[in-house]
Amino acid sequence: MKSWIAFWNILKKDVKNYYLKPPNISWGIIFPLSWTLMQLIRSPGGSILTLLPGLISMSVLFGTTSMLAVTITFERSGRSFERLLLAPISLSIMVLAKIAGTVLFGIFNAFVPVIFAAFFIDLRAVSWGVVIPAVLLIAVTSALLGLLIAVSAEQVFEAQTFSNFFRFPMLFLCGLFIPLADLPIFLRPISYCLPLTYGTDLLNGAITGANVLSPFLSFGLLLLFAAALFLISRHNINRKWIM
Amino acid sequence: MVKVTNLTKTYGDFTAVDNISFEIRKGEIFGFLGPNGAGKTSTINMMIGLSRSTTGEITVGGIDVKKQIKRARAIMGIVPDESNLYNEMDGFENLCFCAALYGMRKNEREAKARLLLERFGLKGAGKRPFKAYSKGMRRKLTIAAALIHSPQVLFLDEPTTGIDVESSRQIREMIVGLKQQGVTIFLTTHYIEEAERLCDRVAFIADGQIVASGTVPELMGSVAHEHTIRFVTDRNAADLATELVAELQAGFAGSKVEVRPDQSLVMVSERRIPLLPVMEFFHDRGINVYEARELRPSLEDVFVELTGIDSSVLKKDKEKGGRR
Repeated sequence: MKSWIAFWNILKKDVKNYYLKPPNISWGIIFPLSWTLMQLIRSPGGSILTLLPGLISMSVLFGTTSMLAVTITFERSGRSFERLLLAPISLSIMVLAKIAGTVLFGIFNAFVPVIFAAFFIDLRAVSWGVVIPAVLLIAVTSALLGLLIAVSAEQVFEAQTFSNFFRFPMLFLCGLFIPLADLPIFLRPISYCLPLTYGTDLLNGAITGANVLSPFLSFGLLLLFAAALFLISRHNINRKWIM
Repeated sequence: MVKVTNLTKTYGDFTAVDNISFEIRKGEIFGFLGPNGAGKTSTINMMIGLSRSTTGEITVGGIDVKKQIKRARAIMGIVPDESNLYNEMDGFENLCFCAALYGMRKNEREAKARLLLERFGLKGAGKRPFKAYSKGMRRKLTIAAALIHSPQVLFLDEPTTGIDVESSRQIREMIVGLKQQGVTIFLTTHYIEEAERLCDRVAFIADGQIVASGTVPELMGSVAHEHTIRFVTDRNAADLATELVAELQAGFAGSKVEVRPDQSLVMVSERRIPLLPVMEFFHDRGINVYEARELRPSLEDVFVELTGIDSSVLKKDKEKGGRR
């Protein structure tokens, strides 16, 4: 019970201190909207429905990875993160609390293009039972990638730079812009090592029915990625921040 | 209450803490003194579980810090050398958040936060953002945050470094008050006079090793020193002519006498100086003595003697601390 009081208050503090700040709210709305408009202008004849999986994935990826990396690096440079490390709670609870805020922010980001699309097209055919858990798992894996970046970065600008090293290659290798089958053969193994590949495929399947992999396999692999990234992040924090 | 046994911390080839052992009794203030880089912060970090020891054991309240850090932290209050509260939150929110980290319920944490704000003279600043606090206020709120869950052991890392005189005085009074309530306090500082004034026992650390430890009188007694008595009389320096000085030296074999610029007369001897014969000596010559006081070495003198570290090094550390 005591751990959950701590969990809830860390989450509440992060949401209030970081995610509900005007710059982040505007980032959370403007960024997905810009992506959506860019894609619509770029392909005027294109279907909004076919663009939606990519827009959702990009919004979640960009919303989560940098946000967690930046907030943790910011707290570490001000030493307030030390207060969490010194609390009588397990490292797992602390990590879960820190990623929970980012995951919520990522989900908020994901649904901006969905709401925007709802004004233009009928979304009743979309399989929400797949979209919602898929968005959640993309947000969780991306947030944990952000945490991995935070452990390696000393300064906020480093966290932002490292985030881009991860994010941009991921965007081009996960099947969002180029179908996996059209990728050079030597790049395909890398694609299959990226959690976003499975998230995007799930969204493609749920929104347009154009998935390549079985949804069960994608969900299973995303869960495995989430568990592995969580354990690696926890291990890295334990190794690097408790010296 | 706290037991540290054969504690060592190495970083590659560098040994920051070298096989130190000490115990802190319940309700005692234990001072850990040394210059910057002596190993104070490395030791405290291992004791609070923020750093892993290379070898050695630490128990706090009978709990093994290495094996049960969560349980140990529940009875510890930690005040780092720099404030680690949240700039974005106000004083009240910071205290409530810290209480929540210890699993305290809403009503309980709000009541305790109000109580501590009042106790630390920060009631009026409770709704002000932490970033708007002065250095002294920041330090006081950081200490209040460490006390939010009523810890049994309080770790204070340089609590008065770099803050104003009034805040330092208030913090020292608060430390004494906590001791009276039975809180065990581990205090690291490079202000020797602060340790002398507050601590029941003191350990000197230099180059990662404990050079000496004990009560302040024990440490002072451990160093051989000359006995010095200063007399303030009704005569000025000219009156205390060289003949009188020579006479006094002749009358008390083995003593050296000198007249100080402040008109006082100082008598130094390797043996203890009996006061009555000296007073009779002055009385016979019609000299009134208003004050006779033994000048003891300060803890700073003892520190310098035992560690071989010049007191100017500590003074430089203080200046650095003050600029922080």
